[in-house]
Amino acid sequence: MTLMKHLMGAAATLALTAGVAAAEPAIIFDLGGKFDKSFNEAAFNGAERWAKETGGTYKELEMQSEAQREQALRRLAEAGANPVVMTGFAFGDVLSKVAPDFPETKFAIIDMVVEQPNVKSVVFNEHEGSYLVGMMAALASKTGTVGFIGGMDIPLIRKFGCGYAQGVKAVNPDATVVLNMTGTTPAAWNDPVKGAELAKGQKAQGADVIYAAAGGTGVGVLQAAADEGILSIGVDSNQNYMHPGKVLTSMLKRVDNAVYEAFKEGEALTPGINVMGLANDGVGYAMDENNAPLVTPEMQATVDAAAEKIKSGEIVVHDYMADNTCPAATF
Amino acid sequence: MDYDTLLQLLGSTLRLGTPLLLACLAGLFSERAGIFDIGLEGKMLMAAMTSAAVAALTGSVWVGLAAGIAGSLLMAAIHGIASITFRGNQLISGVALNFIASGITVLVAQSLFRQGGRTPPLAGDARFSPITLPFAEELQAVPVLGPLYHDVISGHPILVYVALLCVPATWWLLYRTRFGLRLRAVGENPAAVDTAGISVIAMRFAAVAITGVLCGLAGAYMSTALQAGFGREMTAGRGYIALAALIFAKWRPWQALGATMLFGFFQALALRPDVVQGVAGVKVPVSALDALPYILTVLVLAGFVGKAIPPRAGGEPYVKER
Repeated sequence: MTLMKHLMGAAATLALTAGVAAAEPAIIFDLGGKFDKSFNEAAFNGAERWAKETGGTYKELEMQSEAQREQALRRLAEAGANPVVMTGFAFGDVLSKVAPDFPETKFAIIDMVVEQPNVKSVVFNEHEGSYLVGMMAALASKTGTVGFIGGMDIPLIRKFGCGYAQGVKAVNPDATVVLNMTGTTPAAWNDPVKGAELAKGQKAQGADVIYAAAGGTGVGVLQAAADEGILSIGVDSNQNYMHPGKVLTSMLKRVDNAVYEAFKEGEALTPGINVMGLANDGVGYAMDENNAPLVTPEMQATVDAAAEKIKSGEIVVHDYMADNTCPAATF
Repeated sequence: MDYDTLLQLLGSTLRLGTPLLLACLAGLFSERAGIFDIGLEGKMLMAAMTSAAVAALTGSVWVGLAAGIAGSLLMAAIHGIASITFRGNQLISGVALNFIASGITVLVAQSLFRQGGRTPPLAGDARFSPITLPFAEELQAVPVLGPLYHDVISGHPILVYVALLCVPATWWLLYRTRFGLRLRAVGENPAAVDTAGISVIAMRFAAVAITGVLCGLAGAYMSTALQAGFGREMTAGRGYIALAALIFAKWRPWQALGATMLFGFFQALALRPDVVQGVAGVKVPVSALDALPYILTVLVLAGFVGKAIPPRAGGEPYVKER
């Protein structure tokens, strides 16, 4: 029976590959790895969702070093994968070089804009999601001081911090936002020990809610906040479950939706820039049973009301990357 | 800067300085015996992974600590065999071990737990909890010294106190025992030690093993005391800072304590740019503070602050007959 199924499956695959319109999509995960509990894992979940719903298969590749990027892209494109989706801004330079060599292949890149006729660039309005969790932080804070811990000091992370600070000030104009970056090298993404010390330092400055946008370093921030009895906010994926009752919420970045959509469009992928914001469920905040006791209905109502205003354009959250300045905070 | 802030900084210094201190003492034993060890980082990383993984599986942090030391000892043994028995280049062996540790820790953690190269979060007995020293609460009312004792000296996991005790122990072992004299002699003039009928190979292996144990403590401290689990590359270059501290301390135990705590203090300062700005009056870039340990080390190496003379036979494999 299973043999039969296999044979039929094989026959079906053959039939599919014989047809022109049946190229497999492919995804390349960035250095953090497929199971990073955050960014790449969300992309993986999106790909899996597509595979489950359509019964299709896809190719995948995990980056092991910086030097592999171009080779990986070329190999997948040459193997006939279409579209090729990649996660992470670091693919930007390589893709702008490789994309013109494969005009028949469609590419999608997440977190970066690459202007080529066969590339779809998906970027997120992280500042809008961060604004909402910033409001949440200010509403939950008793001391009037909240913290932000970024990973590597790059404009993208400042965009998170800037949106967060604006959200905090929207609720409480007198609130203090303590901003820290873990470092200036890629090691800053994987230093939970330093993240924990930063969190303790921010607590000493009075912060009682800390938002971590720092990859693996954030694990240390969430841990230290739980140890010290203050609240933390997760990022990218829903991290509420990591310390139930101690994580106020998580800023969601729906990378899974972006990958799912790209796979679904297949070879008909529309090139151009696709901005995923609050309005099209690209970003948001996480509610589940782990943080339900921490968030009162009033808090949720206030934040949801602001979300509606952002969607309608009544509130405009300043994007740090637009002009490299922030009205609510200095870096 | 008020007193509370200073205490917070000093507490942070002790937490951040402890892994540096352990790794620095580890390097001290190895280099004093004439074996350069670039691989402190890799040993710590290995110990961090094995201790967190075993603590997660068994639920006991002590079993985890033993496993961490065993993992680090294994790396030390490879370094020893490569550079003592087979007289390979010590620097190359150390660098290779760092690369191996960086990859294998993630690989093992991933195949054990399927959590992206992390170990599951530790809680309860699977983690070292802070211990309160006697009279910490009672003495808190004493002005100045009371809060210092309560906030800075008391309330750390046991490994911090072990690390501090390792300093006098190292001094005593190196300068007051026959073993220490021989160990230092092996690093300065192995031929003389050999002439006296003592095995240079055995002395060097003993030193490398002590290095393994101390790096094991450092790694276990990071993943089971400071943090509650292992994460990819979580040592984040601390093995190299410890090497810099070793040069800064001119290969001496008490100075190693001073150097690592100074470097720890710089790291703690780098985490509080607001304090630096308050004291200095100008905004100092965080990366400048991060670079301070290295700048100081270069100054020492260049001979501006005393002279750093490494053990004379360091880096050279011992060949009995030339």
